[in-house]
Amino acid sequence: MSSTTNSPTHHTSTIGAIGAPSRRNTELALLVFAVVIPVFAYANVGLAINDSVPPGLLSYGLGLGLIAGVGHLVVRKFAPYADPLLLPLATLLNGVGLVVIWRLDQSKRLQASSTFIEAAPRQLLYSALGVGLFVAVLIFLKDHRVLQRYTYISMAGALILLILPLVPGLGENVFGARIWIKIPGLGTIQPGEFAKIVLAVFFAGYLMVKRDALALASRRFMGLYLPRGRDLGPIIVVWAISILILVFETDLGTSLLFFGMFVIMLYVATERTSWIVFGLLMSAAGAVSVASFEPHVQQRVQAWLDPMREYTLSRQGVVGHTEQSMQALWAFGSGGTLGTGLGQGNSDLIGFAANSDFILATFGEELGLAGVMAILLLYALIVERGVRTALAARDPFGKLLAIGLSGAFALQVFVVAGGVMGLIPLTGMTMPFLAYGGSSVIANWALIGILLRISDTARRPAPAPAANPDAEMTQVVRP
Amino acid sequence: MNKPLRRIAIFCGLLVLTLLIRDNWLQYVKADTLKDDEHNRRVAIERYATPRGDIIVDGKAITGHTTTDGDFKYKRTYKDGAMWAPVTGYVSQAYGATQLEAIDDGILTGNDDRLFFRNTLDMITGKKKEGGNVVTTLNAAAQKAAYEGLKKQGAKGAVAAIEPSTGKILSLASYPSYDPSTIAGGSSADEKAWTRLDKKNNPDDPMLNRALREVYPPGSTFKVVTAAAALEHGKYGSADEKTDSPLPWTMPGTTTELPNEGDLPCENATLREALRVSCNTVFGKIGSDLGNDKMLETAKKFGFTKEQFVPVRSSASVFSDDMNESQTALSSIGQYNTAATPLQMAMVSAAIANNGTLMKPYMVDELQAPNLDTIEKTDPEEMSKPLSPKNAQILQSMMETVVKDGTGTNAQIPGVTVGGKTGTAQHGVDNSENPYAWFISYAKGEDGSSPVAVAVVIEDENAVRDDISGGGLAAPIAKSVMEAVINSKK
Repeated sequence: MSSTTNSPTHHTSTIGAIGAPSRRNTELALLVFAVVIPVFAYANVGLAINDSVPPGLLSYGLGLGLIAGVGHLVVRKFAPYADPLLLPLATLLNGVGLVVIWRLDQSKRLQASSTFIEAAPRQLLYSALGVGLFVAVLIFLKDHRVLQRYTYISMAGALILLILPLVPGLGENVFGARIWIKIPGLGTIQPGEFAKIVLAVFFAGYLMVKRDALALASRRFMGLYLPRGRDLGPIIVVWAISILILVFETDLGTSLLFFGMFVIMLYVATERTSWIVFGLLMSAAGAVSVASFEPHVQQRVQAWLDPMREYTLSRQGVVGHTEQSMQALWAFGSGGTLGTGLGQGNSDLIGFAANSDFILATFGEELGLAGVMAILLLYALIVERGVRTALAARDPFGKLLAIGLSGAFALQVFVVAGGVMGLIPLTGMTMPFLAYGGSSVIANWALIGILLRISDTARRPAPAPAANPDAEMTQVVRP
Repeated sequence: MNKPLRRIAIFCGLLVLTLLIRDNWLQYVKADTLKDDEHNRRVAIERYATPRGDIIVDGKAITGHTTTDGDFKYKRTYKDGAMWAPVTGYVSQAYGATQLEAIDDGILTGNDDRLFFRNTLDMITGKKKEGGNVVTTLNAAAQKAAYEGLKKQGAKGAVAAIEPSTGKILSLASYPSYDPSTIAGGSSADEKAWTRLDKKNNPDDPMLNRALREVYPPGSTFKVVTAAAALEHGKYGSADEKTDSPLPWTMPGTTTELPNEGDLPCENATLREALRVSCNTVFGKIGSDLGNDKMLETAKKFGFTKEQFVPVRSSASVFSDDMNESQTALSSIGQYNTAATPLQMAMVSAAIANNGTLMKPYMVDELQAPNLDTIEKTDPEEMSKPLSPKNAQILQSMMETVVKDGTGTNAQIPGVTVGGKTGTAQHGVDNSENPYAWFISYAKGEDGSSPVAVAVVIEDENAVRDDISGGGLAAPIAKSVMEAVINSKK
């Protein structure tokens, strides 16, 4: 940890400009790669599908370059000591995501569908909006500790966001999961993506205040420190809320994500392993009991246990079954080690949501095992930089917020990728940055913005000790 | 707070590690299983992604391909599809492949292992993958004669013709037939055509390859097998010695007299005479005297009781092994349980014409790579020796008498020696249904070698019963097939 905080104390006497390395040039160099790689990928798709470089190549390259450039300049100006990896990683994932979304736009099979829309231009717009929010976060959030003031407002906001999909007329049921809301004229929004951030703010603020009570007032039982009954309140409430999400929005992923994030933050705040044990037991009990009576969740579990049966039933026209899980597995298997090459696979057989929930399957088929592992490692790097930010943060609120956001990010990647790869039941969430969907892209850019802000605060050289008048006098006298 | 943070970091690392392991499991360990899963549509897409190689007859392709919309790029087409269907089988985007199209699918699609090196080379040089060709032994003129002949009769039937000296199949026709082009695609029109052809909806069962896959009681044509058994097992030594044949003859163990078709001079008739007028009594008694085992032995040598792979599978022809004397007598005149495919009877005729040596029948001469290099060539192969050359020549002279002045005069070809045998097989409960008209024959050149042996069967439900006789319905078709082969050799 000490190595990453670039020990400001050693350098206070040296000249500021070359003092603490800001790492902005590293970021810029990495950003060049993060823009060039997707541009090549884009050209590759065009050559594979139409035997020609796609006409939009220049504007696409400029668009992505602009997004990255603006992001970089704003970071340089407003968060000069921020982590240098996060922005390039997010840009790269966003860029290759756009390429694959565009590639799926070219699919004749998907074009034949009645619900087909050209997703890539929209996604580019969402990405621009996302970077806009990212910029806004960096400009207007001068210090992440300001968020602490909004702890309880955040709670209210998060609850509203979570409840929105259930409001009649506003919520939309897409393939059984009610995690979308429809705003006329604007399209659909997945409020859960934003709730993720707002909830992290609430949990961080709340736990920072209550951590001592939660950590110290406990009884020892069988080697575990058990919390007092009254301290169990908050965890029970959050658990209940996530169970309610599972029941009413029927989405295992969202539920798991929020509860998991809370348990991680609780554990970090109190350093009590017992919370983890509690958390695991409660989520297992909750998931099992809900799955035993909620038909949609049951169906997802069955599709996970026997995707081939699900495929057969779907082919026979039995309502309520989908062949998508099996199609995704075939896409992965057909990709093999190196993949078919961009634009040359048949992952569009997945059909509906091939460019959102199932986008990883296209990576699997066209870029192969190698490509998917690279993507997963990019995500791992984002999480790692987030955890590092948490370690480096000097204030508990910043630590909690950073680990909450990174932990939620990791859980989301696991839940979605695991679902698509058939490791766990499928949920209705999407791969951050890669998948088509405005809410996801915008919210995750904001998440990266907040992490950058925390890391900037963490890595910034400590302000000079408060000067006393004498010292000032002395300085004036010095030549 | 940093200790739990580090633990969470490890936890997140484990999550990613789990995903990486799962991905390796999916895309490395299980990759081939998933990739080659029959339900995986990519398998079919790949199969129709390249132009399929052709099936070739007399140096000309009888197949082709067109492009289609949708997942499958290429579709099979057939020239004179209905005529060639018993040879080609079909390959359909919706219904898979059968017969030759299925058996040599690897060569035709270009996926055969023997093309692997070539394909790899093509991939490096950027050449598109192509399918290889299947060169058949068929004779286009003979096939046309056979199919047109059957079509003219308008009744269900089949023709099989073989080159006796090699076993090359020259003609395989079945009627009614179907055009595989109509079911080669995956459109609703193809689906309709398929439904129409399906046996469930179509009592004519046009997709049945009658030349290979249908067994018919061979009737009197089987008497040449019985005659061969008599000669081979030494019961009689020549065509012209008197046989021990009472008339009327009561089948052993029964009180039933075996009837002849009319008032025929069958009492103690010579083998030649008995074959010429087709005596049931003479050959029934020979079979009964030789017994089940000896008859079965000879029938087996001709290919009975076994499926033939030419390389398309043909049904096994039947001669039972558990019959009493009277059943053996009936079986020896091609009734009771005895049943044969047209190919089987062509083999019988071919073995006799080839001086007693039966060549293994085959219809694929050569498999070619896309650049026409030979990948595999079929060499003629001896299958068995059902009878000695001497006995074969005796039998030939007997069959030639049948055509010269017996029941098979309709098969005479000016300037060519033809041997043959008619057959009229009864079937149905109490012989209530119309008989099958059979004719088997061979043509012989001046040097004694035979260019073609042929078997024709016609099942006519509409014809008047009296009209049916092998000589009347089937012999003219056999004659035109033989003529076609002889003329194409000139």
